[in-house]
Amino acid sequence: MSLMPELDRRAFLAASVAGAGVVTFEARLALAANAPQAAAVPVNVFVRVDTANHFTIGAKNPEIGQGIRTMLPMLIAEELDIGWAQLTVEQTLADDKIYGVQTAGGSNATPNNWLPMRQMGAAARAMILNAAAKEWGVDAASLTTKAGVVFHVPSQRQAPYAAFARAAASLPAPDVAKLPLKSPKEYTIIGKPMVGVDTAKIVTGQPLFGIDVSLPNMLHSAIIKAPAHGATLASHDASAAMKIKGVVAVVPINSGMVPMGSHDTLVVVADSWWKAQKARGLVKPVWNDAAQKGLSTALYEEQAAKALGAAPQVELAKAGNVEAALASAAKVVTADYSYPFLAHGTLEPQNCTGLWQDGKLELWAPSQNPANGRRETAAMLGIAPEALTIHMTRIGGGFGRRLLNDYMVMVGQVAKAVPGRPVKLLFDRTDDLRHDFYRPAGWHRLTAGLDAQGQLVGFKDHFISFGKDGKPVRAAEMSAFEFPTNALEHMQLGATYLPTNLGTGWLRAPTSNAMAFVYQSFLTELAEAAGTDLPDFLRRLLGAPRELPAEKGRPALHTGRARAVIDAVCASADWRGGHLPPSAKGEKRGRGFGFYFCHRGYFAEVADVTILADQSVRVDKVWAVGDVGSQIINPLNARHQLQGALIEGVGQALIEQKIEQVAGAITAESFIDFPLARIENAPREIAVQFLTPDFPPTGLGEPSLPPVIPAIANAIHAATGKRLRSLPLKLA
Amino acid sequence: MPIALTVNRKKVSVTTDSDKPLLWVLREDLHMAGTKFGCGQGLCGACTVLMDGQAVRSCQTPISAAAGKAITTIEGAKALPQGAALVEAWQAIDVPQCGYCQAGQILSATALLQANPKPSDAEIDEGMNGNICRCATYIRIRRAIRMAAGLPDVTGDAA
Repeated sequence: MSLMPELDRRAFLAASVAGAGVVTFEARLALAANAPQAAAVPVNVFVRVDTANHFTIGAKNPEIGQGIRTMLPMLIAEELDIGWAQLTVEQTLADDKIYGVQTAGGSNATPNNWLPMRQMGAAARAMILNAAAKEWGVDAASLTTKAGVVFHVPSQRQAPYAAFARAAASLPAPDVAKLPLKSPKEYTIIGKPMVGVDTAKIVTGQPLFGIDVSLPNMLHSAIIKAPAHGATLASHDASAAMKIKGVVAVVPINSGMVPMGSHDTLVVVADSWWKAQKARGLVKPVWNDAAQKGLSTALYEEQAAKALGAAPQVELAKAGNVEAALASAAKVVTADYSYPFLAHGTLEPQNCTGLWQDGKLELWAPSQNPANGRRETAAMLGIAPEALTIHMTRIGGGFGRRLLNDYMVMVGQVAKAVPGRPVKLLFDRTDDLRHDFYRPAGWHRLTAGLDAQGQLVGFKDHFISFGKDGKPVRAAEMSAFEFPTNALEHMQLGATYLPTNLGTGWLRAPTSNAMAFVYQSFLTELAEAAGTDLPDFLRRLLGAPRELPAEKGRPALHTGRARAVIDAVCASADWRGGHLPPSAKGEKRGRGFGFYFCHRGYFAEVADVTILADQSVRVDKVWAVGDVGSQIINPLNARHQLQGALIEGVGQALIEQKIEQVAGAITAESFIDFPLARIENAPREIAVQFLTPDFPPTGLGEPSLPPVIPAIANAIHAATGKRLRSLPLKLA
Repeated sequence: MPIALTVNRKKVSVTTDSDKPLLWVLREDLHMAGTKFGCGQGLCGACTVLMDGQAVRSCQTPISAAAGKAITTIEGAKALPQGAALVEAWQAIDVPQCGYCQAGQILSATALLQANPKPSDAEIDEGMNGNICRCATYIRIRRAIRMAAGLPDVTGDAA
């Protein structure tokens, strides 16, 4: 668990960042410290209290729909010992020097913040208590608290925290490591179902998102990118566009993130986005795209087929003698699996707003990783990272797309071209689909041997994806410790990387969303060859409770925890294999199972499917059991995350999601070419259960997704006898 | 030439290109950001508003076609009885995740309940199928619509 070692000291320094007349959380802190008696007082950088004993709690992480703006303040409020109704949540600035890591990715926010955020609450409470003890002349240990009130029972005294805030703020900070924290039995907020802090604003249409940022005198901009990824701008003619009333400038910029290289872009700046967008059609760019034009999905497929039959380019892992193990096996099973490139399709298109003034840049950024965006934007502009002030807006979907900050780097350059005026940059839907950082496609040739007792004795995988010089591009890597290979005596994993011009990136549960499909489907084939079913086959592979080998510094799979979620979902779904009777209409039905461990979380899932008359597949019900540690912090949101992940999995499995490339360019233009799951794709029922063994709490936005995809593939196999080995799954 | 229309029971007049979509008039000219841009192609439903009581995609509706019409956006949805019931149910169930599509979802649901006060499960799915939720809050959208319609709570949301 990575704490934020510096945070405890930094958290007590009053920040003084203020920009362009916008009053930020930090600016209010600074103001309050020097303000008259009536104003709210900061106790530390996460906690402020006003004279009415109402609290403002700072939320430091980007909110992409994962519920973090509710969850982190829950942790602070719990240890501060105030009531949930006594507080308002405010987004902090992006500033990792003050707040520590502020990233929405890797399902890391829960494990990374579980302790430090509770400590921040406990520290503020301790300072209030110390101030109260001093004023009342009693021992701080004799004081108790409840709902933001300090009590001294022996003398029957009580007073709200606010009465001591000013004195507390000037006291030395306590050593947070020594502060006692509540036991779970004492929790009044953690573990309670909390409605999202922004829900009331969302359902009444208040402006919360990056695209909603509106500043006085603001300009708008639309982008023109080369269809072929990586092409450079040879020349352009903007004269016709510049004649349109309201068009301010046509600016050539570099959208490549430092140091990723050049992806030249033209940006049309106007007094309205609608106008900028319309004027785009009048700009005539000429692109240098000869190097990219030859690349296509068809070429990749041809190259992958050829590579599968050849020796791997690089070895990823090897143990024992796999060839000898396969040669002496009673049964050898081999199969090829594949999956396509995927876009993210966040519903809020990529956007960012910037204001360049006096050599400094202020940004309003819907980013999952603003700290990286700061570094990249500063490097592109040749200014110090400290010259950027970054506001974090609510984000209309992340899914990993906004871990990359191309929109920040771009708007920084546009803002510099129109100094003194704020400018918003906004992709349209086609831009967003065609200029994503895609989940890379992959192919696997798997070979496994079983002995006469059906035990797995050897396993080989030749993995094909994308890369250069024997190294995978971003998000195209494969772990050398993929289960069950890390539990075997004889195994070999090799890879071959094909060249591509496409930018690639992380998609919710990166690598795992594809690997779970491949491995859990293939393991089902092996289980059947061994005369059993997947849960039983997995139990044999997992064996006695222990940790399996893992990459250095990465979480290891604990076989006991894996076994527990597998057993629990079998119990809740009453698993008796994949056979289901046909529907009342005579449609074929089947049940499938999937398990996966990633991002520190264990999930086992069962799906029931019906094969409809047109050979399409409907998912009727999903059961999911997860283990993400001892404490579900917000059970309401946890259930919501799980429902969303499972339905996203249904989308990846069944609704023709794939990104294709012709002549270097992405072909998808709209949600017809790249469909997202709709309400008709949502199962009627999703049954969710969490096991809470005594391990530290971890994240669940990602690990909950992967197993449902193989569960669906396995259910289709159970219903039809057809083994579908390529995503998206298609019967006809 | 100024174009007059009614937005959330308030008369407004805008001077702009006649082909500018209602979506962008709402967002840029009237500074009402509740109605969202999701695709600009009429395929995701994020920009749904009511025009004379009918759900329309405001990204596909030129402002000239909205002249003289009564528009309801998310900012005014609570003034309609169905809208008020839906907003309340949405909040009680905590439907949103990222929240970006929710304005369009609520307006589509308002149109659905206005036309069909007690929709069946199949009718709910049919009525809401034009609205994409990328976070996939669909189980709760179904449940919130049933709640707003006064139908029994068949959650599909087992804990």
